[in-house]
Amino acid sequence: MSAAAGTGRTARGARTTLGSARLYAALVVATVLFLVPFYLIARNALSTDADITGETWTFFPTDLQWGNVRELFDDPAVPFARALWNSLVVGVLHTAGTLLLCSTAGYGLARIPYRHAQKVFYLVLGTLMVPAAVTFVPTFVLVSSLGWVSSLRGLIIPGLFSGFTAFLFRQYFLGFPRELEEAARVDGLNHWGAYWRVVVPNSLNFFAAIAVITFIGGWNAFLWPLVIGQDQESWTVQVALSSYLTAQTVNLHLIFMAAAISILPLILVFVVLQRWLVQGVAQTGIKG
Amino acid sequence: MATLPHRPARRGRSPVPARGGPVGPAGPAGPARPGTVRTAERGHALAFWLFTGPFLAGLLVFVYLPIGWSLWLSLFEARSTVTPTEFVGLENYLTMLSDGDFVRSLGTFTVFALFAVPLTFALSLGLALLVHRIRFMRAFFRSAFFLPTACSYVAASLVWKMSIFNGVRFGLANTVLGWLGVDSVAWLASPDPPWYWLVIVTVRLWLQSGFYMILFLAALQNIPRVLYEAAAIDGARPGWQTFRYITLPQLRTTSSAVILLLLIAAYQAFDEFYNLLDKATWGRPPLVYLYNLALGENQDYGLGSAGALLLALLICLVTLLQGRFLGFGRERDA
Repeated sequence: MSAAAGTGRTARGARTTLGSARLYAALVVATVLFLVPFYLIARNALSTDADITGETWTFFPTDLQWGNVRELFDDPAVPFARALWNSLVVGVLHTAGTLLLCSTAGYGLARIPYRHAQKVFYLVLGTLMVPAAVTFVPTFVLVSSLGWVSSLRGLIIPGLFSGFTAFLFRQYFLGFPRELEEAARVDGLNHWGAYWRVVVPNSLNFFAAIAVITFIGGWNAFLWPLVIGQDQESWTVQVALSSYLTAQTVNLHLIFMAAAISILPLILVFVVLQRWLVQGVAQTGIKG
Repeated sequence: MATLPHRPARRGRSPVPARGGPVGPAGPAGPARPGTVRTAERGHALAFWLFTGPFLAGLLVFVYLPIGWSLWLSLFEARSTVTPTEFVGLENYLTMLSDGDFVRSLGTFTVFALFAVPLTFALSLGLALLVHRIRFMRAFFRSAFFLPTACSYVAASLVWKMSIFNGVRFGLANTVLGWLGVDSVAWLASPDPPWYWLVIVTVRLWLQSGFYMILFLAALQNIPRVLYEAAAIDGARPGWQTFRYITLPQLRTTSSAVILLLLIAAYQAFDEFYNLLDKATWGRPPLVYLYNLALGENQDYGLGSAGALLLALLICLVTLLQGRFLGFGRERDA
């Protein structure tokens, strides 16, 4: 009897091992497929054009071309350093502004008992139905009539008022423990004081998650920067990259070096802030 | 702010206090201490506008105003100008609807969504199920699939167009085909056969699946274990049966949210089409078409606005229909 039980256990164990071996095999294959594009970017960025276009496939460049970095930044055709700077400024200001405006709006909608709050909430919800990308034509008309074309203002300001982000903050604040604020209110703080001294310090995880997601969105945005960036000085990294794709002369190694440099900051953000990011995406997904 | 009376016990969702009544000179009909209540009301109003005012102002100027302006412009002949003179009524809309290219762009979108939405859904759910089942190195595999989310559509398009699906022999896909003895394929250069769909759809799969995988992973973790234990007792075989009768129904809310997000994202497809197909006359989804129309050489804001509004209308319609079929929103806010 004990022998039977023993073989039973072994058989089950063997089956599980086989099952998980297959599982891991599938995962490894998928991982390789998912990482191939990153490998290609790195490989091409550090190759010569001859290496990239060679008759036989070279898995690794024979001689790493670190000089490609310098060549990219010295290329007068595309002001890449300027584009990087623009993207950084836009990304940071876009994130800071969005957090400030959307979090306070979300808090007001979730927590302040005011009789017109519901109407305001419907105005915010209404924008969720209108896809942002569809309004780019009229928004461009508006922004150009303000004289903001090819300016950082034009790049940043119209994007700050995200109904979706305000909605996420509202949902989050609805779930925030009410007791903490009430204690603060009893201690004599008004809404504003309770918000800044109690609610925000206790919500840093959520703020961080939204900040990371907003920054990534800002950094990777393409349509609006393309519409607004009518002169090279106001190009963001994505517009600069795109200009290589549609240009006449093709320097493959430069294009891929530019792509690598455009991705690098976000890879760093991903690696360092992985936990928050996953948490944030899970939260936005469930509640959105 | 002054001292406050008991605040209404109701949650912020319907912040109108039941005892508020008509506030104003007539005074609230509340029971005790009407004066304090009125002060409190005023305090809340001030705080509310302090919190939401700046956001709301921006929303009105940068979202609602453009929509209104767009409606206005769509009724006029407005080429290269935003101060139109000639009123044409609904003519722009009729022009757009009878414009073969615009209608074709809607068709392009439909084909794209038919491939991209189910495939991204299936791949992200599949990856989530795989990652959910393993115990060792779960974080590693999750990161590997999530990492492409860091990539922009422009950068991804670049790798796809210039390296993987480069139509010449040194492209990765053609190199692999070469090893198998198959001739090179011009992936993007011709609509016949429509290989460009393979390129366009795989970009999106690569960029998006990891994001939706995270949503599914979170949902999988919320399924109570007892359900599986009960199913095992009832004799359900692990694998397809438990997936079909437990996992899938439990993922219903997340699934319909994911489908909605995928559909909306598909409608807004621009980056990969613009960068991969450039000046090609095929594979133009609505946004690329509208971009060329309104911001290209003609700068036709009237027609562009009409097209944008038609598209917005269509998106709202699909969203509502989808909500009908999949019950999205039923459990939201619960």
